[in-house]
Amino acid sequence: MARKVTSRHVWMSTAAAWLFGFLIFLPILWMFLASFKSELDAFAMPPKFLFFHWTTENYATVQQRSDYVHHALNSIIIAGGSTLIAMLIAVPAAWSMAFSPTKRTKDVLLWMLSTKMMPPVGVLVPIYLVYRDFGLLDSRAGLVLILCLGNLPIVIWMLFTYFKEIPKDILEAARMDGATIGRELVYVLTPMAIPGLASTLLLNFILAWNEAFWTLNLSTLEAAPLTVFIASYSSPEGLFWAKLSAASTLAIAPIIILGWFTQRQLVRGLTFGAVK
Amino acid sequence: MGQITLQGVRKSFGPVNIIKDANLDIENGSFVVFVGPSGCGKTTLLRLIAGLEDVTGGQILIDGRNVVDVPPAKRGLSMVFQSYALYPHMSVRGNIAFGLKMAGLPRPEINRKVEAAAATLNLTPYLDRKPRELSGGQRQRVAIGRAIVREPKAFLFDEPLSNLDAALRVQMRLEVTKLQKQLATTAVYVTHDQVEAMTMADKIVVLNAGRIEQYGSPLELYEHPANLFVAGFIGSPKMNFVPGEVAGEAGVAIIGIRPEHLKIGKDGDGWPGRVSVAEHLGSDTFLYVEGGKLGTLTVRYVGELSLRAGDRVWLTPDPARMHRFNKEGSVIRTS
Repeated sequence: MARKVTSRHVWMSTAAAWLFGFLIFLPILWMFLASFKSELDAFAMPPKFLFFHWTTENYATVQQRSDYVHHALNSIIIAGGSTLIAMLIAVPAAWSMAFSPTKRTKDVLLWMLSTKMMPPVGVLVPIYLVYRDFGLLDSRAGLVLILCLGNLPIVIWMLFTYFKEIPKDILEAARMDGATIGRELVYVLTPMAIPGLASTLLLNFILAWNEAFWTLNLSTLEAAPLTVFIASYSSPEGLFWAKLSAASTLAIAPIIILGWFTQRQLVRGLTFGAVK
Repeated sequence: MGQITLQGVRKSFGPVNIIKDANLDIENGSFVVFVGPSGCGKTTLLRLIAGLEDVTGGQILIDGRNVVDVPPAKRGLSMVFQSYALYPHMSVRGNIAFGLKMAGLPRPEINRKVEAAAATLNLTPYLDRKPRELSGGQRQRVAIGRAIVREPKAFLFDEPLSNLDAALRVQMRLEVTKLQKQLATTAVYVTHDQVEAMTMADKIVVLNAGRIEQYGSPLELYEHPANLFVAGFIGSPKMNFVPGEVAGEAGVAIIGIRPEHLKIGKDGDGWPGRVSVAEHLGSDTFLYVEGGKLGTLTVRYVGELSLRAGDRVWLTPDPARMHRFNKEGSVIRTS
């Protein structure tokens, strides 16, 4: 029997959910507000919430001091490139493991996941040396490579679970209906896999966009994406809260807009198969 | 045309032999049912015919042509799956048309055929719906529509009714049989339900542990089971088996007698026993009789009988309807 839900309960849980949502959103809101404050207001104690002197000078300074477009372009190339290459490798890999598994498939999957269990800093020195010797330091190709390899296990795992959800019977039905492997792929598998592919793609893009460890350590200027651009405002000369906030706002704006427009896909993909 | 012949077909998964030397001749236009307990290999045998599994040995001939190396798409068969296996992203129309589209038929012809199939199966009002908007019975019809529209050499059914509720199952059973007779297309049908097998089949293949135990019409299997397994599997309630002394007196290892061929006789006449449970169905009465050294015997009496638990009864087997088996479990033919 369904539990009885009173309107007071509904009201209270709605309020609680909004409060919780607001708490999670608060740091981003704070950053956004701080980006319009003067450096003094950003430090002020007690903090000023809305009533301060609004200014856009931080954005102007940030624009002046560093080349936003250059870093943004790097971010797009690195996140986009690593995502595309990871998908190109992961789709056939996950495919074969999902549709023609062998005795060792489980082991391979676990092994891939195990590479994510080690903290990246553990291999920083060897990777740095390899990158130095191969001339990959501060190169877009180098960052694309490392982010692609870093996210590959997760991408394969996600795709593997999506492909696993596609009933084998349906593929066999297509085969009985006279479809060749190619047509089975185009007419049956791909349309059924698109939500999974889309959300994996988006999630991987977001992960790569926000990745800071490798991008900070392996690039300086030429290939530096937006993460490096943000970090450059917490410099030895001191912390500039307002400018840092302005830089961060600029850096995350594209990804927030992307997430906003694709939220339905994202949520559908992430909860795929959770409810039968 | 749709004649299917199996010659020495074998299938193993690693060291496990699923199908052991199957030989079978399925005539064009006949309705053949594979029946057997779970794990007997009936679905595997069907999938071998479909081409969804590769044979380990032997030949499968469709209209005289060996097809073991032909992919499923080229065998000219269509299949109805237990799970229906409809394409979830396509409408009913798209589902039914898919096979024709793959065959490269012109669009007007596809539309005509799809609409004809939909009309036959009462699906016309649902043509533009997605499978998830249909009930179980309607999905089953779509799966059947997808199979018939291609005018295949044979239909393969893999337990297609087992996901339906009991009433719908009986109705669909009738519809499938009627449709098959009307189209006169060979059908191979897998089920574990012997009632489905008996009612639908022209011929039944009884499978057990990867072996074909017997192949014959439903009544042949009922009247002349080749061995203990078939005798016990076909018929409901199950045949009574009497081993030991009583069988020894008749010079055989085991005597088999169906519940409907045991008569309740006069006092002192025949085998004595005591009723342990009496089931009164109105049309039939089932008695479970403790027969001492005979073991528990099931008796079917057509009509109502006012016996209850604890009553003493005397049972007489119909000698013409007795089945005699040797030690190996094979039937001993008396004629």
